[in-house]
Amino acid sequence: MAEDPRFDKFLELFNKGKEFTEELLRENQRLRYRLATIEGEVKQLEERFHEIEAENKDFAARYVEIEEQNNNLANLYVASYQLHSTLDFREVIQIVEEILINLIGARTFAILLLDEKTNDLQTVASEGDDAMPGIDKISVRLGEGVLGTVARGGESYYFSQDPRGGAVSIDRPLAAVPLKIKDQVIGLIAIYKLLQQKEAFSAVDYELFALLAAHAATAVFASKLYSQSERKLNTIQSFLDLLTTTS
Amino acid sequence: MDNAKFLVVEDSPTMRQLIAFSLKRFRNARVIEAADGVDALKILAGPEKIDLILTDINMPVMDGLKLVSLVRQNAELRDIPIIIITTEGAEEDRERGLALGANAYICKPIQSSHLIKTISDLLPA
Repeated sequence: MAEDPRFDKFLELFNKGKEFTEELLRENQRLRYRLATIEGEVKQLEERFHEIEAENKDFAARYVEIEEQNNNLANLYVASYQLHSTLDFREVIQIVEEILINLIGARTFAILLLDEKTNDLQTVASEGDDAMPGIDKISVRLGEGVLGTVARGGESYYFSQDPRGGAVSIDRPLAAVPLKIKDQVIGLIAIYKLLQQKEAFSAVDYELFALLAAHAATAVFASKLYSQSERKLNTIQSFLDLLTTTS
Repeated sequence: MDNAKFLVVEDSPTMRQLIAFSLKRFRNARVIEAADGVDALKILAGPEKIDLILTDINMPVMDGLKLVSLVRQNAELRDIPIIIITTEGAEEDRERGLALGANAYICKPIQSSHLIKTISDLLPA
């Protein structure tokens, strides 16, 4: 029996279809494998991206930190430079005031010096008397109250660390910082109120307090000694002039 | 901006030095200092071309607000950017300063990075 030519044609087409399907299946398998590989690579890239993102954030945070440190160092440098730029007592006091206002952001404060003869702390300069009346004429015995205790003990006082709470008063300022030459206290700075835009003391403020405690003290002390020696020199000079003119 | 000339108007030498310190970040920048508004106007009337003014408000002789107002009224000076740097932190003070023509208002104590960013925004490279 002769074979039907349509059957051969069909068989041929069927075999081609089968080969094509098998080829498609192989290609599909290959693509699946490729897809899995790419997915793995994408995952790795995503992980690396997150790592770099985290590194960038870390660098940005460190940059901000270094910027802040630069700013703080500049403040400290300028403050110490200015404090030792003059031997005039009034100018030294004015520079301390400028540091308190411009660098720390103090609105109301008093600078007190210790009278060694009477052992009294007395205001030599103040700012913002309207917010704390009486700070322009504070007079406290050494060892009495918060201010007297700071002057005697030489340790700073911070209202925020005072367990008694309550309100800021002349004897309980926001901060009382002793002015010390080694262990000898020559006075103190009492801060009662900060500028409106300043909510609280920052880390650099405590650095500035430490700097003020030492540098302002030596600057004040040196300027007082200088003015005393100037006075003595003038007296001696006048005396010598008198002697030379009379002889 | 290279070779920029900044005029710092401030009565406190401490603040002037601190601001000048911050401005050293700008390459070849020159800082000219004035202790009050009148001093500043004399410098502005001179041959130096000032690129930016930084002024305090509370100063003797002539305050910063008066200086801002006079600079903005002067045809030759009115385009100079002005930054007010002050202890006056109330919102109405800020509004008054900006209304008079200041381009920016920064409260003390200043953060160097904030000052630099403000200047960079006002003085494109």
